[in-house]
Amino acid sequence: MTEAPTFEESLRLLEEKVDALSRGDLPLDRALAVFEEGLALFRRCHAILTESEQRVTKLVAAAEGLTEEPFVADGT
Amino acid sequence: MMDPIAVPWEPRPGVPAAITVSQLARLIRETVRANPILNRILVRGEVSNLQTAPAGHVFFTLKDATAQVSCTLFREDAELLGFELEDGMDVVVSGDVDVFPRKGTVQLLVRAATPAGVGAFWAAYQRTRKKLAAEGLFDAARKRSLPSFPRRIGVVTSEMGAVVHDIVTILRRRYPVAHVIVAPALVQGPGAPASLRRALAVVADRVDVIILARGGGSLEDLWCFNDEGLARAVATCRVPVISAIGHETDVTIADFVADVRAPTPSAAAELVSPDSEELAVQVADMGRRLAEEIREILSVSLGRVRGLGEQMSSRGLRRGIEANRARLQRIQEALASLGPREILRHQDRLAGIGRRLDLLSPLATLQRGYAIAEREDGHVIAHATEVASGDAMAVRFQDGRVHVHVDATQEPA
Repeated sequence: MTEAPTFEESLRLLEEKVDALSRGDLPLDRALAVFEEGLALFRRCHAILTESEQRVTKLVAAAEGLTEEPFVADGT
Repeated sequence: MMDPIAVPWEPRPGVPAAITVSQLARLIRETVRANPILNRILVRGEVSNLQTAPAGHVFFTLKDATAQVSCTLFREDAELLGFELEDGMDVVVSGDVDVFPRKGTVQLLVRAATPAGVGAFWAAYQRTRKKLAAEGLFDAARKRSLPSFPRRIGVVTSEMGAVVHDIVTILRRRYPVAHVIVAPALVQGPGAPASLRRALAVVADRVDVIILARGGGSLEDLWCFNDEGLARAVATCRVPVISAIGHETDVTIADFVADVRAPTPSAAAELVSPDSEELAVQVADMGRRLAEEIREILSVSLGRVRGLGEQMSSRGLRRGIEANRARLQRIQEALASLGPREILRHQDRLAGIGRRLDLLSPLATLQRGYAIAEREDGHVIAHATEVASGDAMAVRFQDGRVHVHVDATQEPA
């Protein structure tokens, strides 16, 4: 699959970056690069969690096969 | 007196002409077929004279105390039945009434059946359970674990009522990240097993995990979840299935075969979704650690900068510092754009470090009025013991070098 890394994957990579930094054996240049990568991962995780719009769809049989349409539970 | 029977019959206006037997049979058939009540009718009775033809079609009589009707169950429907019919079994069948002109019989073409009455239910349930258990479908070893962070969650249940509402509400609150796909299905009645299997099959290709749910109901209502075909569909489903059928005390075959059984539909929704608030705490913690680590590393680098002059010419040093400053600037901007307050605090500290990095660099030190002692070749002299009386050396100020001679050296007091 060519999809963007999952939340799980991003969080795991972020943890790796933090661990790499905490070992303290990286040259400054490399440490800064690792930090910036970690920052990007942090932002990604943060963004995923704060996406407010949840999609809820329902499968519907249509002439051309199955399609999805927005689903609203009736609340009863 | 004339025997009316003996009177030869003659066609008369207003009286129908004689019809053939075939025509009569066809007329009955058309009448039966045209009556909507006789289509998709539900009939309860006891199975007797059950026979299975070599081709797989099943023939039996459905009877009660005072009447009986012939039934035919074609092979393709028999295969989808989900349990074994037996003589003496109390069942509800659904099907269409039809007439077979060749034998002049009325038949019920059975499309689906469910056991009726506690005894029949129990017997069919036990039989299916034993059979599937023997095949290993309930083995703990074949249960899959639920994905920790599902991106798409399938919900196979009725699209009406409280169950789907509860599940969607909980998923939306706990884990708004996921896309929820509802695959509507019939959850009771003779058509339910096939409907559930179909919903399961079509949604499986689109999701990472499936909730198979139904609210509480009678034994009869929940029967479709004891269907053998549905159990096999759950077992072979491409993604893990979590079941939540009826109340906690109801255990259906589908519950046995599901990868995880939840006591209620709400519990299923919670089991399938990580709590995004907990995750947010985890992410913020990771961000905080990231900021702490880089601060620590920069701190250590500061110490090194103090001695940098030994390895670098002042031009090279300036380049290095400017590169670092640009980089710090980027990092500070990046940190500034982050939300959590924790990290903003670290941004301030980091900015402070950036300033100190400048201040403590040898060039900034010179600007504060300090000078660097060097040999004539530019090598920094860090210790008094490195020079002796009479040596030539240089002192670097911020605006140039001064050449000096060592007059005397002195051990520290």
